[in-house]
Amino acid sequence: MNEQKVIEVNGLVKKFGSFVANDNLTFDVHKGEIFGFLGANGAGKTTAIRILCGLSRPTSGRVIVAGIDAAHRPEEIKKRIGYMSQRFSLYEDLTVSENIELYGGIYGMRMKEIRSRTPELLSRLSFTAYADTLIRSLPLGLRQKLAFAVAVFHGPGIVFLDEPTSGVDPVTRRRFWEMIYETAGNGITVFVTTHYMDEAEYCDRVTIMNEGRIVALDTPAALRQKYGTASVEELFVKITRPKQETE
Amino acid sequence: MAAAEAYNISHRHGKVTAVDNVSFSIDDGELFGFIGPDGAGKTTLFRIAATLIIPSDGRMTLFGLDTVRDYKELRNHIGYMPGRFSLYQDLTVQENLDFYATIFGTSVKENYHLIEPIYKQIEPFRKRLAGQLSGGMKQKLALSCALIHKPKILILDEPTTGVDAVSRTEFWEMLSGLKKEGITIIVSTPYMDEALRCDRIALIQTGKILGIDTPDNVRKSYTQKLYAVRHQEKYRLLTTLRSSPRTLSSEPFGDSVHITLSEGTGPEEIVSILTGAGLNDSSITEIVPGIEDVFLELMKHEG
Repeated sequence: MNEQKVIEVNGLVKKFGSFVANDNLTFDVHKGEIFGFLGANGAGKTTAIRILCGLSRPTSGRVIVAGIDAAHRPEEIKKRIGYMSQRFSLYEDLTVSENIELYGGIYGMRMKEIRSRTPELLSRLSFTAYADTLIRSLPLGLRQKLAFAVAVFHGPGIVFLDEPTSGVDPVTRRRFWEMIYETAGNGITVFVTTHYMDEAEYCDRVTIMNEGRIVALDTPAALRQKYGTASVEELFVKITRPKQETE
Repeated sequence: MAAAEAYNISHRHGKVTAVDNVSFSIDDGELFGFIGPDGAGKTTLFRIAATLIIPSDGRMTLFGLDTVRDYKELRNHIGYMPGRFSLYQDLTVQENLDFYATIFGTSVKENYHLIEPIYKQIEPFRKRLAGQLSGGMKQKLALSCALIHKPKILILDEPTTGVDAVSRTEFWEMLSGLKKEGITIIVSTPYMDEALRCDRIALIQTGKILGIDTPDNVRKSYTQKLYAVRHQEKYRLLTTLRSSPRTLSSEPFGDSVHITLSEGTGPEEIVSILTGAGLNDSSITEIVPGIEDVFLELMKHEG
C-alpha cells in the first residue's frame, strides 16, 4: 500500500447547537486503501462523510480531501471525489447512457469527453446492449455495477460508498466487492460504510465510531486480536453495545 | 389451525412477475422468516398477506380468513410494519401511538403490557417528533404501533434493513419476547445470519421459494464438504483459489474464503497450491455450512 495520504483529518469537530456529532476525529486514509467506516446508527458517520464530501463544513479541525481543504473550498472537493449509495444512485426513468452523461456532467466532465469515453465504459461493463435501456428495467445487480462505474468515471482519487450493498443478494454483494478490490488495485481509494460485518473483514483498515468518537481504528486482524474476538461482528457488538441509546 | 396459508400465489406488475406460484403454511405461534435479497418478492407477498393488494392468482388465508374477501375483519388481527418508515413524522412518539390505538378502537393503556418492553426504551422521548428519531428508535416506535391493538399476527417487512448490528440483535430479542406471548410473526430480511433466529425459514429469490425448512435442516441440506481457507492477502487468495481447477466454488466470507473441492482433491493440496502461488502459511479447515452458503448454492442451481 502506498503511504501517500488522500484524506487527512485532524481534530475534526462538528457541532449542531450543543450536540457534538463528531468529537475530535483524527485519521488518515492512504492512496489505494479500502477504508471501512463502521458505527451504530446515529454514531456520527453520516455527518463525517458529508464533511469529507464537501457537503458540510467542520466546526473546527483540519480536513484535507484529495489535497483540498474542506473548510475553505468544499466545492472543489466535489469534483475530485466519487459518491455512491444504495438508497440513491441512478435515475430510474433515464437510460443507461443518459445516466452516464448526467453524472459525468455533474462531476464536471466535458460533453465531448463523456461521449468519447462512454463506448469504452459500456464495453468494459459488458453493457453495450443496455445503452438505451431504462435503469428501471435493469436487475439490481447490474444497476449496482453501473452506479459504481459512474461514480469513478471522471477519474476521482477517492470514491465514497455509503452502504453500497444494503439489501443486495449474496452473489451480487460478493461481485460488488470484487469491483472494489479491482478499483483499489488501480490506485483509487475506497471509503466504504456497511452494516454487513463480514464486509468489514474485506477492508484494509476499519474504523468504528461510537457516539461521535472513533473508538477503534486498525486492520480487521489487529482489531480482532486486540479485543480477543473471533469476528469483526463480535468486536463491533462488544465495543458499541454497553452504552444505552441516549440521543 | 394454521396462522397463514398461501395457495399458489402469483403476482404480476405489468410484465414483471414479482411472486411466482408460491405456496406455504405457517403454524400458529411460529416465528417464520422469508430470507432473500431485494427484488425477491418479499414485499409484494407481505402486502398480499396484510390485505393491501390482491394477488393476480391464487389465494391466501390468515387464521382461515381470506385476505381478499374477509379483509375488513382480518385487519383487526394483523399488525403490519412496512419496510419504509411510515409513521407520521410530524407527530410525536406519543401522538403516533395514540393515533394507532384510536383507529383500532383501543387505548395505549389497554395493551400497554404488550408493548412495554419495547416502548419503555423510547418513552423518555415521547414528546419528540417521530421524524427526529434515530433509526433504531424509529424501528421500536413502528413495532409498538404495529402491536398496540394486540394483533394475532405480526407482518414485519425488512425491519432490520439498514440497521446497525447491535440494534439488529436487540430487535430479534424483542421478537423472541413477542413469540412467547403467542403472537405469530412473519418477518423478512436480507441478512442471512438472522435466519438462525427463526423457527422456520423460506429462502426466496426472484419470486420463487427455493426451500422451506428449519434453519438447521436448511444448513444440513448442503450437499458438499465445505472448507474455510484463510490468508492475509484476501484478494490474491480469492483469485488464486478461483483460477485453480481443484476448487468447484470459491466465495469470500469475511476473513476467509469458503471453497468446495473437485472430486479427489484433499484440503492439503490446496495449501500446497497456495504456497506454490507465493501465499505461504495459509490455513484450511472443514466447516459447517451457514445459511448464506446454502443460499449461494441454491442461487447457482437457479442460474
